[in-house]
Amino acid sequence: MSDTTTDRGSDTFGFIRRNIRQYGILFALVVIMAFFQVVTGGILFRPVNLTNLFLQNSHIVIMAVGMLLIIVAGHIDLSVGSVAAFVGALAAIMIVKMGLPVPLVVVLSLVAGAIIGAIQGYWIAYWKIPSFIVTLAGMLVFRGLTMWALQGQSIGPFPKDFQMIASGFIPDLFGVGKPNVLSLVLGWAAALVILWIQIRNRKREEAVGIADEPFAFFVGKNALIFVALAWMTWALANFRGLPNVFIVMAVLVALYAFISERTTLGRRIYAIGGNEKAAKLSGINVERITFLTFVNMGMLAALAGMVVSARLNSATPKAGVGFELDVIAAVFIGGASMSGGVGTVVGAIIGAFIMGVMNNGMSILGIGIDYQQVIKGLVLMAAVIFDVSNKRKS
Amino acid sequence: MDAILEMRGITKEFPGVKALDNVNMVVKPGEIRALCGENGAGKSTLMKVLSGVYPHGSYDGEILYKGKPMAFRKIADSEHEGIVIIHQELALVPHMSIAENIFLGNEIAKNGVIDRHETNRRTAELLAKVGLRESPETKVGELGMGKQQLIEIAKALSKKVELLILDEPTSSLNEHDSAALLRLLASFREQGMTAIMISHKLNEISEICDSITVLRDGATVSHHSGMVPESQIIKDMVGRSMDDRYPPREPKIGDVIMKVRDWTVAEEGGDGRLLVNNANFDLKQGEVLGIAGLMGAGRTELAMSLFGRSVGIFKNGTVTIHGKSVDVSTVSKAIKAGLAYVTEDRKSLGLILEDSIRRNIPLANLPGVAKNGIIDRHKEGKIAQDYRKAINIRAPNIDQATMNLSGGNQQKVVLAKWLFSEPEILILDEPTRGIDVGAKYEIYTIIRDLAAAGKSIIVISSEMPELLGITDRVIVMNEGRLVGEMPTAQATQERIMSVIIKSGHDLTEEDITPEEIEAETAHV
Repeated sequence: MSDTTTDRGSDTFGFIRRNIRQYGILFALVVIMAFFQVVTGGILFRPVNLTNLFLQNSHIVIMAVGMLLIIVAGHIDLSVGSVAAFVGALAAIMIVKMGLPVPLVVVLSLVAGAIIGAIQGYWIAYWKIPSFIVTLAGMLVFRGLTMWALQGQSIGPFPKDFQMIASGFIPDLFGVGKPNVLSLVLGWAAALVILWIQIRNRKREEAVGIADEPFAFFVGKNALIFVALAWMTWALANFRGLPNVFIVMAVLVALYAFISERTTLGRRIYAIGGNEKAAKLSGINVERITFLTFVNMGMLAALAGMVVSARLNSATPKAGVGFELDVIAAVFIGGASMSGGVGTVVGAIIGAFIMGVMNNGMSILGIGIDYQQVIKGLVLMAAVIFDVSNKRKS
Repeated sequence: MDAILEMRGITKEFPGVKALDNVNMVVKPGEIRALCGENGAGKSTLMKVLSGVYPHGSYDGEILYKGKPMAFRKIADSEHEGIVIIHQELALVPHMSIAENIFLGNEIAKNGVIDRHETNRRTAELLAKVGLRESPETKVGELGMGKQQLIEIAKALSKKVELLILDEPTSSLNEHDSAALLRLLASFREQGMTAIMISHKLNEISEICDSITVLRDGATVSHHSGMVPESQIIKDMVGRSMDDRYPPREPKIGDVIMKVRDWTVAEEGGDGRLLVNNANFDLKQGEVLGIAGLMGAGRTELAMSLFGRSVGIFKNGTVTIHGKSVDVSTVSKAIKAGLAYVTEDRKSLGLILEDSIRRNIPLANLPGVAKNGIIDRHKEGKIAQDYRKAINIRAPNIDQATMNLSGGNQQKVVLAKWLFSEPEILILDEPTRGIDVGAKYEIYTIIRDLAAAGKSIIVISSEMPELLGITDRVIVMNEGRLVGEMPTAQATQERIMSVIIKSGHDLTEEDITPEEIEAETAHV
């Protein structure tokens, strides 16, 4: 019966075919970066531009990790741009108008985001109202509330310590100046830890005989990631050091990648998106977990809202317009499936950076916003077509 | 006259399974051909090859229709030649009218504007032909299954059908509607139409069909023209005598482990009809208890309502396990109480099809592979490997997506998932539906071994020989009530059927002839 199918690990080609999505997306990012590095005459990878790239895309990355969980669970959240704007406005009012201390405002803003997520999640999870409708309503409601709260005006500027969230850099504890030694230590340590974890996992898998990835791939992939991280740290450390928001992003990505891949909670989210009825009959509390993914999304949207207003140094009624589309596009480019159950955090982050690098590269080249939109749309479409055709072949 | 249809050497493979292996079939014009075989024998696959659902090139072999080789790439190609298939699950849109359904995709229109009058007139003609007195404007959703089946036939007639393929046309019809449908087919035969009918009901086959083709495990086993004894057909279908279809077993039955009392569940919405009506039964340790009954008798509803109130609205009833009253009001509480329910619908209720064997198995007991909420992937992999070996899940590796497995192996993955939840009481709902004979035997062996290991097992099955072959005791359900109970040693198909029929409200014993009981028991 099974003689028509090839056995595990015996062929590299079969492995590539099974995992073409993960490698394809990483490969696409590398190609796109190389392309813009060449056509911009080396501007893309200059430390100052690299720093900007992270600062400008941080909010998308922050929201993409939450959106990934929502989409994997089989839902969508269209309200994140409006929620980010609304919480940004709340934060601005609390800091600038009411003079509350920044740490308290950060906490209150996150709580506000969680409450907004809980309200939307309640209708979606317990009343089974389609998330598209609930969050479409939320998108309108919170945009309106943003305008109302700000009375159509921008509020700013912020005190320095709030601005630091988005535009600060980690301090130079060692007093060397350039390079920023703390940045170097953190970045390189992270690269080493990632490498160590990968090698340890590989060894364990080999021990049980379930190592799937061909050895050459394992080496190549990890060498690429390690070199990229180490080099990037060096470049950033020689400019102004690692941005604070970079640390936030890195922690969130690591945390959510871990939650989604390694915890029972993550597994349950995938199960709900993969087959809700089967998940329910397996004793999984579908309602509560769906609810929690929306609470989480609201909180991350709040964080993104603070980052954006801190970067712009003001909360404006038009902040965050269209963010939801960028975030959702990043998740789908990263290989998530519209019908749920499929997608990875790392994929979504790579998707976000593909969009980010393209925005950045095209802006450097002076390509108009009109063409940029067209090209980004086509890239999204191409990624999804690639997915679908891939699925048909298998 | 020459054959209207000749299928030569048809071979069709799916990943991991050979669904058809060199099948040959010749159909003469103007005959009604029966296509028989067990579930999974390849009947539907063969008809899907014929009608172009599986396009030319995705199978090996040749199709000659009216002497010419055919290469259908899609259903429209075969319909163009006058070959129309009516699937077991009807493909009608409930919110649309009869007329709209009949001409769906084939609308009578000028420049894209639909001609309502002509559509209704033609529909009325077609309805007259199939003997259905309904207005063409009636919404299909308002009609019963029998009438919907007639609409499907009217739809086929609208396509100038010459060869009509029916996949279990009477499986969801009552006696009266079935008889009407068969009469209709006979009258079409008079007018020269050819038909192929997939059916499990041997009485219907002997009533109307001119010849019989039997498939087994994807291969043609026999052709019979004219009447043959049913026992011959069954023998061809099953391929071995009944004696060795079930593994031998020595029951070791202990004390009562579970008591269900006054269990009553109502239908959700609608008029609140009782799905389960005051059910009382006991289950002993190491026992295999069968639940027999017709479709819709409430067996699945009984099982699913016990398992975390997963169906209907709970009205009343208690469950005690080991003498203690237990709370089974949610699925996770039912699992904690020691219950497991293996669904009859493994694809939509049992598996995450896109996910691998490895990820499906621990789903009902994730804490079993995790520490502090963090999954130990190595433990998970090892457990999947162990189950793969222990119950012989045939797959290249544990990372194989479950959608690529055959029905029998999918069923084993669902079983493994529930075995890993370490239940004391396993409820298996139609555990062998749609899986091949070999895999069935393996499932029976697993059931036997579980019972020997002291687990208590409830088997719901519509295949009565299966119940008689593997259980210790049988309870019979009809219309939501438990209407009979007997030790398997004293049970026969006839006895179970007569319990069901006697319990029916509309029928008295005198109305039932032995032939009818015989007929009802002929499902194999």
